[in-house]
Amino acid sequence: MAYFSKVLHICMKDLKVEVRSKERIYSMMVFSLLVMVIFNFAFDPGAEYIREVAPGILWVALIFSATLGLNKTFAAEIDQDCLQGLMLSPMDRTGIYFGKVISNILFSLIISLLTLPFFAVFFNIPLLDVLPQLVLVISLTIIGFISVGTLFSAISVSVKGGDMMLPLLLFPIEVPVIIAAVKATGMILDGAPMMDYSMWLKVLTLFDVIFVMIAFVTFEYLIEE
Amino acid sequence: MIKVSGLRKSYGSIDALRGIDLNVRMGEFLTLFGPNGAGKTTLLKILSTIIAPTSGSVIIGGLDLKKANYEIRKNIGVISHKTFLYGDLSAMENLIFYAKMYDVPNPKARAAELIREVGLRGREDHQVRTFSRGMEQRLSIARALIHDPSIIYLDEPYSGLDQHAALMLGNLLKKLHTQTRTIIMTTHNITHGLEISDRIVIQISGKIVYEGETKDHTVKSFEKVYFEKVGKRD
Amino acid sequence: MRKMITNLIGLAAASLIIVALYMAFLYAPTEVTMGHVQRIFYFHVAFAWTSFIAFFVTFAASIAYLVTRKKFWDTVAASSVELGIAFSCIILTTGPIWARPVWGAYWTWDPRLVTTLILLFIYTAYHILRGAITEETKRARYSAVIGIIGFLDVPIVYFSVNWWSRTIHPDVIKPEGAALAPQMLQSLYVALCAVTLFYLYVLLRRIRLEELRDEVSELRKKVLKES
Repeated sequence: MAYFSKVLHICMKDLKVEVRSKERIYSMMVFSLLVMVIFNFAFDPGAEYIREVAPGILWVALIFSATLGLNKTFAAEIDQDCLQGLMLSPMDRTGIYFGKVISNILFSLIISLLTLPFFAVFFNIPLLDVLPQLVLVISLTIIGFISVGTLFSAISVSVKGGDMMLPLLLFPIEVPVIIAAVKATGMILDGAPMMDYSMWLKVLTLFDVIFVMIAFVTFEYLIEE
Repeated sequence: MIKVSGLRKSYGSIDALRGIDLNVRMGEFLTLFGPNGAGKTTLLKILSTIIAPTSGSVIIGGLDLKKANYEIRKNIGVISHKTFLYGDLSAMENLIFYAKMYDVPNPKARAAELIREVGLRGREDHQVRTFSRGMEQRLSIARALIHDPSIIYLDEPYSGLDQHAALMLGNLLKKLHTQTRTIIMTTHNITHGLEISDRIVIQISGKIVYEGETKDHTVKSFEKVYFEKVGKRD
Repeated sequence: MRKMITNLIGLAAASLIIVALYMAFLYAPTEVTMGHVQRIFYFHVAFAWTSFIAFFVTFAASIAYLVTRKKFWDTVAASSVELGIAFSCIILTTGPIWARPVWGAYWTWDPRLVTTLILLFIYTAYHILRGAITEETKRARYSAVIGIIGFLDVPIVYFSVNWWSRTIHPDVIKPEGAALAPQMLQSLYVALCAVTLFYLYVLLRRIRLEELRDEVSELRKKVLKES
């Protein structure tokens, strides 16, 4: 019980820091919008095929902005060695990981929800009817992306040129998540019943479970010195 | 209180510690002198469970560091030249956060009490990023004391402080130095190091090369010993 | 002793490769529909198999490193990755050479191709990461974690890509028995053995190289201390 409340304290602390500085949320949001606008130039916005490529565009925007946020995960902790302060606390150190994972998931989820209305307007795609299903897929995807991403950001923060390393390490690992997210989103936007894409939901859930467990086991190896 | 024997730490082919033996009694204030790269910070990090040793044993308060590092952490406070504080949070918020991490009952009252003790009253709601170096360091001391630890490690606490701030830090440390509190400090400033300690140790290249009582030394006599030892290391 | 075993393996690999080449180009019959280009298949499959072994060795050595903290395992993991990367490049070149006349395209987004490509990306990142860290134990710990996660990701990548695209890759060895002439099958097995031995030989030499590097740096430290 004490473990969970400490995980929550770490998460709340991250949220509080973010509310003060707003550094991450702003840049993630602007970046996500920028990606969609750029894609709009790459494709013909009025064209028929835009509905087919739209899920891909949405996910490139969300994943890139999430990566931007991930790079900042441990930055605030390194500046004044706060990570060491956390490591000194009498708790299992995986708590640091889970606190960070939860706050990162919240940031990415907020950005995703804020991006959706712009996505609907830019590409003229009605979302209201399928919103619950879409939020489910987005949540599962973000959990899978952030669980490994937070682990890797612990690596990239202490490596020279780590900002560049993070996507290089993370994107290939996340291929199943990205495929599942794009496929499921496409089917949802086409109004397919859940039966059709339940397989992709299973892939996402499986990935989430496996990699949260692996991260749990390996995190301590990454932060020890 | 703290019993270190045969402690070694190597990073691949680099040896940071090469067999450290050290005993610190309860209530003792020990100052660890040594040039840069002597492994002082590594030693403190091992004693505070941040780094795992390559070999050797550390017993703190009867508990083996390898087995009970979780329990041991409850009794340890660390002050380094980095503050472990979040610049975007206020002084009060920082202390309350750490109080909760240490399961301190009534975190708010404890935080307010410590802010008064380190002389930062009136500043509790200011963001830490607006603090001067000296104020930061005082708040950092409050942070380290939040759970009233019986062991305190100070890693170069004087670095970056001006005369006035250093004086205040010295006074605070004197207050901390009680019968039941064990303190280990690293520094390469001889004046500060001799001022408040009971015992002095010189560590060079991962080994302890000298141990002595503070009362047997003046700044002059210890300087002579120190430079003799440091000069010889190559 | 180890040197002798290494040399023996090297000798065996060299002779088997000659035999395998003979079998692939002269002994095995020409495939009816694909023609001579199919002969690349024997080495293509052998390298594919061995690259997978190489990444598995990295996975196992990574776990061994985290458990024992012996530098040896880190060396094994890193050496094996280098070979895995080289072999993956061989697969991704021999594959298209075969595919162009047979499928009419150098590249298709087939699960096996995509999985190999993704593997190449994962382990190239692993390799780049190693280059970016100078501190030995940190490098070993970080790469061990990537080595474990990367390998566990492989089946998930494979299955998700499999569902994503319908396969057009020929399934040559089916569970109910190979759809190959016996001479072809024999050639394939010999090529498999030859390339596996080749992998083992290069791996042992690569590990030795790393050990020699360590010896040199130790000696250098000693000399600097004495002078």
